[in-house]
Amino acid sequence: MHIVVCIKQVPDSAQIRVHPVTNTIMRQGVPTIINPYDLFALEAALELRDQFGGEVTVLTMGPPSAEDSLRKALTFGADRAVLLTDRFFAGADTLATTYALATAIRKISTEFGAPDLVFTGKQTIDGDTAQVGPGIAKRLGLLQLTYVAKISALDLEARTIDAERRSEGGVQLLRTRLPCLVTMLEATNQIRRGAMADALRAARAPIVKWSAQEAGVEDISKCGLRGSPTIVKRVFAPAARSEKAALIEVGEQPAEALIDAIFKRQPALETELAALARGY
Amino acid sequence: MGTAPKTAAPASGRAATKKELPEHFKAYKHVWVFIEQERGQVHPVSWELMGAGRKLADKLKVDLAAVVIGPEGEATQSAAAESFCYGADLVYMVADNLLADYRNESYTKALTDVVNTYKPEILLLGATTLGRDLAGSVATTLLTGLTADCTELDVDTDGSLAATRPTFGGSLLCTIYTLNYRPQMATVRPRVMPMPERVARPVGRIVSHPLGLVEDDIVTKVLSFLPDRDSAKSNLAYADVVVAGGLGLGSPENFQLVRQLATVIGAEYGCSRPLVQKGWVTSDRQIGQTGKTIRPKLYIAAGISGAIQHRVGVEGADLIVAINTDRNAPIFDFAHMGIVTDAIRLLPALTAAFRARLSPHSRDRIAS
Repeated sequence: MHIVVCIKQVPDSAQIRVHPVTNTIMRQGVPTIINPYDLFALEAALELRDQFGGEVTVLTMGPPSAEDSLRKALTFGADRAVLLTDRFFAGADTLATTYALATAIRKISTEFGAPDLVFTGKQTIDGDTAQVGPGIAKRLGLLQLTYVAKISALDLEARTIDAERRSEGGVQLLRTRLPCLVTMLEATNQIRRGAMADALRAARAPIVKWSAQEAGVEDISKCGLRGSPTIVKRVFAPAARSEKAALIEVGEQPAEALIDAIFKRQPALETELAALARGY
Repeated sequence: MGTAPKTAAPASGRAATKKELPEHFKAYKHVWVFIEQERGQVHPVSWELMGAGRKLADKLKVDLAAVVIGPEGEATQSAAAESFCYGADLVYMVADNLLADYRNESYTKALTDVVNTYKPEILLLGATTLGRDLAGSVATTLLTGLTADCTELDVDTDGSLAATRPTFGGSLLCTIYTLNYRPQMATVRPRVMPMPERVARPVGRIVSHPLGLVEDDIVTKVLSFLPDRDSAKSNLAYADVVVAGGLGLGSPENFQLVRQLATVIGAEYGCSRPLVQKGWVTSDRQIGQTGKTIRPKLYIAAGISGAIQHRVGVEGADLIVAINTDRNAPIFDFAHMGIVTDAIRLLPALTAAFRARLSPHSRDRIAS
C-alpha cells in the first residue's frame, strides 16, 4: 500500500507578532512547525502502514527551508519525503496550491507507485481554509472523506474504506472506494515518538526535490500568484471601537461594582440571568 | 453601542486593475445562498447568509436566490418555502431521494450543475463541515476563487465582491477579490452574520433542476448515522450568555473558576485558542476565528488578551466585559466594559456576588 501525506510548514502562530506601525507580520525569528493538524494525518497514515504494510510518502510545497518539516516527518517514520519548491509556486491561493500538489502527486504516482490513500490535516493554522484537501481530491478524481474521526475498516482486496466522518449534527459512517483522500480531524490520535533508527535515518536521508518543471507542471500560468483566482487587495488591523471600554474602578468590592455596571447598562439582563440561572 | 467601522472604504476591486471581466462571465448575475439541510433541519447559518446576501443583492440591484438541495418531500419543500420568508426572490431546487444524506459526490454534482446552468455572480455557503466539504469541491470543479470564513462581505461600486477575513493565523484582516472568474464564492461561519428577521411571505418562484444520477453512480455509501446526544452538544455558538477564560488564568485548574461562574449565571463556557492548544480545554469550547463565533447578550472574557482571531469571534456580542491585568491588552479596544484586575481573584468574588444577586431570596437576605 502506498499513502501520500500532504503537510505544510507554518509559522508557529503563538509566536506571530504584528508590527505596530506598518501592520506587517514580523517573520524574523518566528519558528516554523509542521501544521499541527497535519500530524494527525501523518500518524493515521503511519498506523495504517504499520498494520497493512507499504510506504508513506510525505509531500510539501514551500520554500527550500520546508525541508526541515519533511525531515521531522521522516523522524516520525515516514519512508520518503518530496519537496516541491519553485519561485513559480509563490503567492498561490488554494486553487493554485491544489494544482501544484495534484501535479506532484501524479508524478509521485509514476515514480514511486500510485497512492491508495492521500491524507491531509483538516485545515492549516495559518490559512484556516480547509479547502486544499477537497481541491486535491477533485483535481485527481479521488473520492474524499473530510473531517474523519476514525478509519474503522480498510479492505485492500475489495478496495474499500470505512470511516467515521464528523458532520454538524452527528457522525456519518461512510464506505467509499480507494483511491481516496482523507482529511483527519484533530485529537484523533497522538503522533508517535520517532524511533532512534528513524531519527538517524532522517538526518541523512535524501529529500526528493522537484521544481515546477521537474514535477511535471505543464502550464506555469496555473501556478502561484498568476494561477490564483483570488487576489488579496488589502491587509489591515481592525480599528479600536470609537467608544473606549468603560473601566470599573477596583475598589473594596470590585465584583459588586462590576455587576452593578453591567445591569445599569443592560437592565433587562438581570431578570434574564435570573431565569437562565434557575434553568440550571 | 455598535462597533466602529472595521474597514474604511472597501479597497477598490476591478477599478484598480483596469481590466474588464472576461466576456463569457458577463452572463453571470444574481446572488445565491446555498441552503444547508441535514436530516430535515436547515442550519441557521443559511438564514444568516440570506440576510447578508439580501444586502449584497440590493446593492447590486439583482435577485437573491436560495439553492435548496435535498430529498423529495416535506423537509425540502419547507426549506424552499422558508427561503422566501428570509428574503429570497426565487429558489433553485434539486430534490431527489439520492440526496437524503449529504454525500460529496451527489451534492457537488447538484450544485455545480445548477451554477453552470443559471450562472450566479456570487455564491455563499456556510463554513460548516458540510459547507466546507462542498465549497472546496465545487470551486475546484468550476476553477473559480473561494474565500473561506469571511467576517465581512461587501460589494464595490464596480460590483466586485469584497470578502474580508482574518489572515496570518488571525493576526490581521485582509480583503480578497475574485476579479476574473465567476461565480465569486465565499463561506461564512455560523453566527458571524446576524440572524435576519423572518417575515411571513408566500411561496414564490421555484425553479427545479434534475440531479441526473442513479444510486449506482454514487460510490460513497452511508452505512449509518449516529446523531449527537443532546447532552454532548454544547450550545456555545447560540448561547445568550457566555463566560470564557484565557491564558491569564495561569493554570488548567483555574479554568474551573470560569465554569463555576457560568453555572451560576446560566451561561455556556468557552476559552481562547491557546487553552485548546495547551490541552486545558477541548476544542468544541474554543471561541474565535478557528473555533465558535458567538453573539450573546453578555460575554465575560476573563484573562483573554483579545487577539484579532478571538475578536472576530465575539464582536457580535451586545455587551463585552473584559477582565485582564494588562490595561493595554487589545481586548480593551473592543470590550464595552472592563476591569483591570486579576481574573483568578475576581472570578470567585463575581460568582458569589452573582449568586447572591440572582437568588430569588436575595432581597430577604439583604434585608436580614
